[in-house]
Amino acid sequence: MAETLFQKVWNAHAVRTLPSGQTQLFVGLHLIHEVTTPQAFDMLRQHGWGVAFPDRTFGTVDHIVPTDTQRRPFVDLMAEEMTTALERNCREFGIHLAGPAEAGGAGGPGSPGSDDQGIVHVIGPELGLTQPGMTIACGDSHTSTHGALGALAFGIGTSQVRDVLASQCLSLDPLKVRRIDIDGRLAPGVYAKDVILTIIRRLGVQGGVGFAYEYGGSAVDHMSIEERMTLCNMSIEGGARAGYVNPDDTTFAFLRGRRFAPQGDAFGRAVAWWRSIASDADAPYDDRVRLDAASIEPTVTWGINPGQSVGIGEPLPSAPGDEAVDEALAFMGFAAGSRMEGTPIDVAFIGSCTNGRLSDLEEAARIVRGRRVAPGVKALVVPGSRRVSREAEARGLDEVFRRAGFEWRGAGCSMCLGMNTDRLEGRQVCASSSNRNFKGRQGSPTGRTLLMSPAMVAAAAIAGHVVDVRTLLDEVPA
Amino acid sequence: MTPDAPAAGAVNVITGRGIPLRGDDIDTDRIMPARFLRATSFDGLERHLFEDDRATRPDHPFNDARFAGATLLVVNSNFGCGSSREHAPQGLARSGIRAIVGESFSEIFQGNAAMLGVPCFAAERQAIERLQTLIEQTPDLTIAARVDSGLITAGPLRLTATLPAALRDGFLSGQWNPTAMLLDRFDEVRAVASRLPYLNGF
Repeated sequence: MAETLFQKVWNAHAVRTLPSGQTQLFVGLHLIHEVTTPQAFDMLRQHGWGVAFPDRTFGTVDHIVPTDTQRRPFVDLMAEEMTTALERNCREFGIHLAGPAEAGGAGGPGSPGSDDQGIVHVIGPELGLTQPGMTIACGDSHTSTHGALGALAFGIGTSQVRDVLASQCLSLDPLKVRRIDIDGRLAPGVYAKDVILTIIRRLGVQGGVGFAYEYGGSAVDHMSIEERMTLCNMSIEGGARAGYVNPDDTTFAFLRGRRFAPQGDAFGRAVAWWRSIASDADAPYDDRVRLDAASIEPTVTWGINPGQSVGIGEPLPSAPGDEAVDEALAFMGFAAGSRMEGTPIDVAFIGSCTNGRLSDLEEAARIVRGRRVAPGVKALVVPGSRRVSREAEARGLDEVFRRAGFEWRGAGCSMCLGMNTDRLEGRQVCASSSNRNFKGRQGSPTGRTLLMSPAMVAAAAIAGHVVDVRTLLDEVPA
Repeated sequence: MTPDAPAAGAVNVITGRGIPLRGDDIDTDRIMPARFLRATSFDGLERHLFEDDRATRPDHPFNDARFAGATLLVVNSNFGCGSSREHAPQGLARSGIRAIVGESFSEIFQGNAAMLGVPCFAAERQAIERLQTLIEQTPDLTIAARVDSGLITAGPLRLTATLPAALRDGFLSGQWNPTAMLLDRFDEVRAVASRLPYLNGF
């Protein structure tokens, strides 16, 4: 019988049907970080439970870690305390931790030492930990990112983190599968970020509840793994707990040679299995949606959830009496029917698990090269991981950004969620390559977030206001 | 655990006063802003529920003394969307909320709440709005929500709500916290691990 990747991977990991009727699902890889795990480890100790599969558990620090200087001890005492707690927990339970080693490493003596530290959804794929056909869980909703490699990846809460630590399993109901085909070619200046913002706008922020999103079609076939990660990352913003792309030659080429990927002969055997878990050509889907890639414009959010976006050439909605629209326009201080182009910005943020990878920084640097950040705009680049940072520096991108007036930071989540000191102030407007424009998301209760692609953020930083990046692309110096 | 942490055992009838919170797509950043995740325990989170919304809206229901001590929270659609932070339902549970009735919920939020013994009942928009209005008019009204039948009664109002079957059965049997079940037959977990190609050299 023809099956989707979702069904194949689910069945391969199903342990049994629990008395409650939910499925006990084995978790192949558990990623942990400093913010959603300390309580889970405390619960383990309270009950006297161990960690069932410490070698299938992998930790890093990303959410609260400072990105200005990462020397230990951190000036931010709570960042230091939460990092220390994770170090202690990983030591006690024998879990590999990429990040806050006490000595040596990339940042010099006294800095967090591992070269592998970074945002959990950036380092999983780059280390080859994330592989097709795996089930992956992490106490973070953007775990859906890992679906870009054909894994089934779920964001979970802290009590579920405890369950996975104790049993390597989750109690879950299966999801339906919605196939989303994006056919055709994206125009220059249009990126995976614009595609996913368009999908969320069309299907709604809760359109995906109960579904996993399977992305396909010729536009997705042509995307790099990093672009597919951007796509899958924001599945949760559309309500879908998981999103994935079937593994293909692009996936296998990406994984070959990565540290935790299969090595030698095992790689060939792995590819055979990976191919076998892709959705069958005639697999049944619970729903199907189709988008024309060529119709997608650079897209910007204007409201307070990721579904409230417009193409750069479109006017904002005018919907008298629609409470959600009225509330969003009032909070943002925008007028119905106006356009996003020309909206002044105070802050430009390039980074996050959505768009903090090397190709994101390269696209942004193309725009920035030889130009200057507009006066009065605070602009920062926060690489998604130390590896991204090193590779960008090897290409001279750090200098491109610095010379233009951007701050070049250490790796972490930073201003995506404002848990460290990188926060908006007052009603500042931030052009942001991150994933959420919720009220207060970037650390100021009245701060305003405009989500867009990293290239669009770069263009806004240079102009001092929202612009159509395509007008700058035409002028990119050769 | 602190004394105000959720209790264990079967959950069926939840009785108490209500608190209406109108609005769609209320995300977990609004329920519990990220700066309150800067802690290694969940203790005290109830003090920071909707902190930013409350600061900008003096008439926010969580500022309103008439609703203090409420047990049932009544919300609209897609409540708890966004971040998977359990801190959001932890804060609600620690403030005394024992059940949430709404049009719809984010899956992760609904699952996280269930892990704390807090059922999220779903009902139609019209019924929810009537319930919200009724609570606004008579905050002292006692509401009863039944997990087994999905029946919610509030004075003259009776509405039927639903829970996902597995969550409903878990509440009724007291097995809404699944860790013990997940550990129950660990040989079967090992058997699955021994069959997975990626754990066995392909």
